[in-house]
This record gives sequence, C-alpha cells and structure tokens, in this order.
Amino acid sequence: MTTRLFGQRVERVEDQRFLRGRGRYVDDVLVDTHAGTLHAAVLRSPHAHARIVGIDVEAVLDLDGVHAVWTHEDLPGPMAEPLPLLIPHPALTHGRTQHALARDEVNYVGEAIAFVVAEDRYVAEDAVDLIRVSYEVLPPVVGIDAARAATCAVHDDVPDNVGARMEQRNGDAPAAIAAAPRRISLDLMIERSSCQPMEGRGVVSRWDPDTSRLTVWSSTQTSTGVRGCVAARLGLDLDQVDVITPDVGGGFGVKINHPWPEELLVPMAARALGRPVKFTEDRREHFISSAHERGQVHHVEVGFDDDGRVLGLDVMFWHDHGAYSPYGLIVPIITATQLLGPYKPGAYRVRFESLFTNTVMVTPYRGAGRPQGCFVMERTMDAIAAELGLDRAEVRAANFIQPDEFPFDHGLVFQDGRELEYDSGDYPASLHKIKELIGWDGFPALKAEAAAEGRRIGIGLACYVEGTGVGPYEGAHVHVETSGKVKVAIGLTTQGQGHATVFAQIVADELGVPLEDVEVVSGDTRRMPYAVGTFASRAAVMSGSAVHLAAKAAKDKALRIAAEALEADVDDLEIVDGVVRVRGTDASLALGTVAVLSNPLRYAFDEASKLATQFVVGDPGKPPVAEDDEPGLEGRDFYSPQRATFASGMHAVIVETDPDTAEIRILRYAVVHDCGNIINPMIVEGQIHGGVAQGVGGALYEKMEYDESGQLQNASFMDFLMPYVTEVPGEIEIDHLETPSPLNPLGIKGAGEAGVIPGSAAIAAAIEDAEGIAITSMPISPSDLFALRSRKETP
Amino acid sequence: MAEVFRDDLHDVTLHVNGAAHDVRVPARRLLSDAIRHDCGLTGTHVGCEHGVCGACTVLLDGRPVRSCLMLAVSVADAEITTVEGLGGDDDSLGPVQQAFAECHGLQCGFCTPGFLTTITAGLRENPTPTREEATEMIAGNLCRCTGYQNIVRSVLRAAEIQAGEQS
Repeated sequence: MTTRLFGQRVERVEDQRFLRGRGRYVDDVLVDTHAGTLHAAVLRSPHAHARIVGIDVEAVLDLDGVHAVWTHEDLPGPMAEPLPLLIPHPALTHGRTQHALARDEVNYVGEAIAFVVAEDRYVAEDAVDLIRVSYEVLPPVVGIDAARAATCAVHDDVPDNVGARMEQRNGDAPAAIAAAPRRISLDLMIERSSCQPMEGRGVVSRWDPDTSRLTVWSSTQTSTGVRGCVAARLGLDLDQVDVITPDVGGGFGVKINHPWPEELLVPMAARALGRPVKFTEDRREHFISSAHERGQVHHVEVGFDDDGRVLGLDVMFWHDHGAYSPYGLIVPIITATQLLGPYKPGAYRVRFESLFTNTVMVTPYRGAGRPQGCFVMERTMDAIAAELGLDRAEVRAANFIQPDEFPFDHGLVFQDGRELEYDSGDYPASLHKIKELIGWDGFPALKAEAAAEGRRIGIGLACYVEGTGVGPYEGAHVHVETSGKVKVAIGLTTQGQGHATVFAQIVADELGVPLEDVEVVSGDTRRMPYAVGTFASRAAVMSGSAVHLAAKAAKDKALRIAAEALEADVDDLEIVDGVVRVRGTDASLALGTVAVLSNPLRYAFDEASKLATQFVVGDPGKPPVAEDDEPGLEGRDFYSPQRATFASGMHAVIVETDPDTAEIRILRYAVVHDCGNIINPMIVEGQIHGGVAQGVGGALYEKMEYDESGQLQNASFMDFLMPYVTEVPGEIEIDHLETPSPLNPLGIKGAGEAGVIPGSAAIAAAIEDAEGIAITSMPISPSDLFALRSRKETP
Repeated sequence: MAEVFRDDLHDVTLHVNGAAHDVRVPARRLLSDAIRHDCGLTGTHVGCEHGVCGACTVLLDGRPVRSCLMLAVSVADAEITTVEGLGGDDDSLGPVQQAFAECHGLQCGFCTPGFLTTITAGLRENPTPTREEATEMIAGNLCRCTGYQNIVRSVLRAAEIQAGEQS
C-alpha cells in the first residue's frame, strides 16, 4: 500500500519554480512578450480631506510617451459609480465607498484622483507630476477620539462619523455584573497596522479584439470576485472576462478587498487603448492607498466571583474603519464575537460603533479583528487574576468551555451570518500542554533568580479561538489525463500557503497516484469559475474538502470503468501508484488507460487513444456514453459547510525588560496549536512562525503614525518597523493538539491566521508581569514603557 | 509649467549570469528594472524600491547589492548574478536553493531571490557560520511570511550541503 501523504512533512512542489527564479508574479506577466505593454501610474491625493475644485491635465497630453489620462469625468457608465459595498449589513446604516477616481472630494491621503497610461512607468510617473489639481482643503478627522468628538465630519451626510452601531447579547450582562461579588473595568487600545505583503498590489490586462475577450491578471485573494466586478463595471458578459491570479507575493488579507480602483481602471484602459496595460503598486502607494487594520478602543466592564469565574461581561468598543467601508462590518463583528475565545461568561453584551476617519480604509489583516478581541479578553482575565491574587492560568481554566460541552452555542451571530457555535476543542488539554512547554509553574523561581541578578523577566499567556473555514463554498475539479497525470483546479487563490503541495497530497492519497503526477492550479477562472476566495483561514478546510470530494468522484468513476474492463467487482479493486489492480491477482490497468476508456472516440490521435475508438470499445447494444454519464475521467465537487469550524490555541511568552533602557526582549515563545487534522505539519508550522512574527511586529513595533493633518509619517520600510530576523524569537517552541472537526470529511480546521492572534495579548501580559505596570495599549515601544515607568514613579 | 525631462537613451551591455544582454536604456533606468524588463529575468523582485527590503538583491562581481538602488548604465563592466544563475548547469538547485526547499525557508517566494543571493555571498565569505552568524547574514532582508526561523535553518543547512559537496 502506498504511504498516506496526509499528515506527512512533504517538501513543497511550488518551491522548485520559486527557487529557480521561475515564479510568475503579476509584474512578470507579459514582460518578455514584447507585446507593447503600457504602464499606468496614479495621481493620489496629498490631502486627507479636500474638495477638488479643478483638475488640469493638459500638460500631460503633451508629454512624449503618454497615451491617455482619465479623471472621474472621463469614466464611462458604471465605472463612474461608487465602488461596490461588498458585504452589506443591516447595522451598516451609513456605508460609504470611494469612486475608482475621486469625484469632487477626497477623504484620505492616497485616494486615487487621476490615472495615466504611458510607454513605461517612469514616463507615467512624470505625467502624474504634471497634473494640476486645485483643492479646497477641509478639516480632517484623524483617529478614534476625533471621530467620536465629531467636531467635523468625514462625509457631510454622516455628521457623527458613525457608519454603524451594533449590539449583540446573550443574557443580561449589566444585571449580572451588578449582582456579581466582584467588578472591575478596563480601558484598552490597539493601534493601526497593516499587512505589508512583500509584493504590493498589481494588475495587468489585455483585451483580445479577435475573440472579444478580456484577460485580467491580478494579485488578488479572489479571482472570481474581481471577475464579477470587472464584468459589471465594464459592461461585459461574465463569460467574456477571464481573471487569472498568478503567483502572489503574500496577501495577509489586504488583497481580499476588491475591486481596487486599478483592478477596474487597468482593464478599462486596455480595452480602450487596444494595448495591454500594467499597474504595479509601489511601496509608498501600498502604505497610503491599500488597506490598514487593527485600530480599536475598548471599554470593558466585568463581574466575577471569588474563583475568577466571569458572571457578566460588557464590552463597548470603537472601531476605526477609515474613510470608506467597502468590506462592511466583518472586522468589528469578528472582534465582537471572537473576543470570547475559549471562555463562557455567564452573560455577555457587546456593542460597537464603526467610525469614519480621514485615513486609509480598514479591511481585514491576518487575524481580522481577533487580535484586538483576544487582547481585550486576555487582559481582562489577567486583571481578574490580579484582583483576586490568583494564578492567571487558573482563572482561565475556571472559565473554559469544557470538552464535553461541544458543540457549544454562544447565542451570538458570527461574521458569516451563522450561529457562533464551536464544533470541537479541548482547551484544558491545550492549557496543560502550554504550561508544560513554557514551564509555567517553575517560572516564579526563575523570576526571583533573575531579580536577584538585577534582571526583570516576566511571563504571559494568551488563549484564542478562531472561526475558520467560513462558507459559502469552494469547489474542485480533478481530471485524469490519458497520460495518467492528474490535473486539479481549485477556484480560490494562493499566496504562499503551499496549496500546490497540500492539495496534491490529498488527491494523491485519494486517487492512489504518485504526488509528482498531480498538478494543482489555483485562482484561474478559466479552470474553476465558481469560487469565493482565500481569507478567514479557509483554504485547507474549504478547498481541501472539495478536492477530497472531487478526487473521490474521479476515483469512483475510474473504478467503475476499470471493473467493467477487467471484468471484476468494484469492491475488489484498488489503485496503487497510478495502476488499478484486482486485489490478489495480476490483472491491472493503468489509470491513464482508464482515462482513455472513459472517453469513447471516433478519431485516434495517438497510440493510447486507439484503444478508445468506436470499433474497439463499447457494447454495440448501448449508447457509447450512458444516459447518466459523461465522457472523460473527471471529478468535480463542491464543499459548503453549514458553519465555520473553530480552531484554537494558546501562546506563552517570556520577556526581559532592561531596567535602564526599557528595551523589551523576547526570551522564549511557545505555541500550542489545534487546527484539527494536519495535512502537512511542516507547512502548518511555517504558518505559525510567520503569524508569530507578525504578532511580535504588532505588539512591539508596527503602527501607522498619522499626524493631525492625516499625513502618514512612516509610509516606508525605513520608518514602519517591520520585524527583521533580529526582532523575532530565534526559536518558537510548538506543540500540536489535533481535535478533528466533525464538520468536514478530513477533520481539518484552518491554520493561516492563528499565529498572529494572541501575540499582543501574551506579550503585554509578560511585560506587565516583568514590570508590575498595567499594560493597556499596544504596540508598546521602549519609549512607551519608559514613559509608563516615569508615570508610575511620579503619579 | 514644470520642465519635462527628456530621456536620452544609452546602449549598455549587461553581463548577467554569464550571458551578455545589449540593452538601450535611459540613464535613470534602475538596474532592477533593467534586469526584469530589459533582460527579461523576472526572478529578481522589487519589494520597496528604497533599498530596505532586500528582495531585489543581486550579486555584482560576487558582492550583494540592492539592484533598486543602482542605475543600469553604471554596471556595464560588472558581472551580475541573479537567482536564475544560482543553480547548476544541469538545472539542478544550488546548495542554498536546496537548503531552502528542505527547510521550508520560503512561503510566497517573493523575498526569496534576495535571500538566496545574499546567503550565497555570505557563505562564500563564511562557509561555516554559527547560528548567530547565520542570523547576522540575513539581518538586512525582510520576509513577511516565514518569521525567519526556517531561513536561519536554511543558512545552516546550506553550509552543510556546501561542505558535503566540497569534501
């Protein structure tokens, strides 16, 4: 029997291309075809809030090499409408979206105003510099405090800057808190950060007049989403538009929002000019015109008993969603619901306001609202422990949902509109593992030892639950070619998660073929036009399940055909190394031959296909293809779960703070992670490593430094402090727990975002433990810590 | 009205991975753009265009340089090595590339060419790095996917592979 590949540390198939420099990212498309590709550049607003009085593009058209320039008034038909509000919600009473090119008003520094297409990017940028715009500058709203104060408004017709108000409750939290023996309140804050994939956004498009078809290559997390928008705005039939997502240099959420203005403008220009057009975002553009996330302010009221058991939890928070709200309320809804983590408070109420500010819009960044929720819940747990003088781990244990309580319904509505019902988990087991891994119980002795040497060390712990694999669906197509090679298409996109490997593992197992015979294509609407996208840690769960089902369908068909050809019973057949065999006999048939037999032919095009022509196969008394059958050895299936599956985990960290400089150093970082059954542990660990690094970045380094006029002061890699190798723990100690999900055939839960979620919570707790100072705002720099120390000394 | 700079074109021969590429470029053409768009070698990636991320690192006469901070016209006499030139003549992976595959040293692959070139040069200078030296070797390159642990592992593994090949 072939070794099962599911669960193995299989080396990645895609690396063979990447390591040789043969990846194909969007800026690489059409680079060597000499197809006369034109290049686009965008004029972006220098003001956070201004009325556009006039735009003069005359000088641009005199510039050699410029082909065209567009402003809002040049946009035809639906192109001139506001961009779609992708995820409407009844609570989003004042949703607003920008135009592909600003009409009359700009609401953040970086908002697109004009679009120039020229011979190359250099000339296009020269041209952008020649556009003269006169502005009437308006007072900007920067930050949550200013938005709440509402002295001025981002949008005239939303005077209080409130895009949405929402409340969810389970039980009567205020009453439960009032009746509780103990009560505390906390004010907590997390600042803005952003995804910053190493490859920014990019779009290439080519209009083919011979076939009346448009091809769009986009560095997106949803090819099908982009396709729908492009067709609608350009007035094309869906069938005329192909969207291909080539290799993507990281996404982390920012590329799930769509359509970005350039995703519409580039195809529009390509069609208008009859030449391929390319737009490649530069790093400054990524900082000021792609999305940010995280910024929230929370107020918590909690009532609990003497064991630390939470009787009532009441959270009010303010979410900064920037100038526009194209992605609806997904981020704050996730914060509101996933805040609960592995706990079951007696009663819960959460309210939020989603606020407009004159800053870059907010859409999901890896973790998508969860790091904030986790920070708030875990800081609350630590505060309860401090209040009661109890061990922080014990307080958490007292509040856990127990293994025999699954499925556990929180009585809330999750981001997908479904019940917030956890499918499975074992939180006490995770806590046991993380305490062992980090040496929780032995830490006080270590701390005392360090203190004796004049060193300050502290330990922190944070727990999270992550709803992964949300619907609505994903599909897969598995095609066995007559060569025996297996071609797999999935609809969602890939941006570094190793999909070409893990889905090949699943197919190879199911079909009984060697891994190297399986090729997986993702994110190409020509191959799989029905798909949703890569977000919410959903690819392994959704596409993994679909791939499994589609491979099973192909296998069932292969066995049926082979059984007939071999005159054997289906139940006696097995497929090993690409050969169908009758168990215990020599009778066999290569899978490629089965593929030949599956497609009755009139014409032989090679030696193999001679086996399938009309005088060779088939029962003359029956139609060559049975009524309920199709030609070809293929399987196609979709997976659509009723609700998300909930992964979980716990992080523990030990930090050292310098008594003089307040420098914060991570000494140890431990992770216990439960994402159900693991397809490829090497890849899951890689996801955890990367997530932890982003968590460390968010906890200690990364924030968007807006000044009061709405200028982003640190819009470069020089000034926005993304971790290098020197800023992350040298080793991350990982232990897995595998609690299968009962919701999908492979028992998988998602793993992509988990690593980032508890970072700020765990590190804040560790710093607090080292310093004896309450840490209520993240990220925290040495300067911030120094200021907190000074405040403590001179209250 | 602003003065418009008109580009004069220069004929330059770029020597990349042992092959000569005759290109006609304006003086302001970045080396990174010339390698990618004029030579068609798209393995070299541009992540920030301000010399911080290191994705565009190529070897110039064996030394790692940020190709986004150099002009193509300034390197006509140099021997340039890009990621496409790091493997064997038979299309086999070089030691650093092999180590990255074994250690899962890459995810999206975008920053990878810069790491591969940087480490190739680093191991030439120091074929037997300690863990600290391996960390130092990659401390000027940004990666947003891997968290770097497996890249450090890859450096150490590459040194092993290289030592094995030479013994």
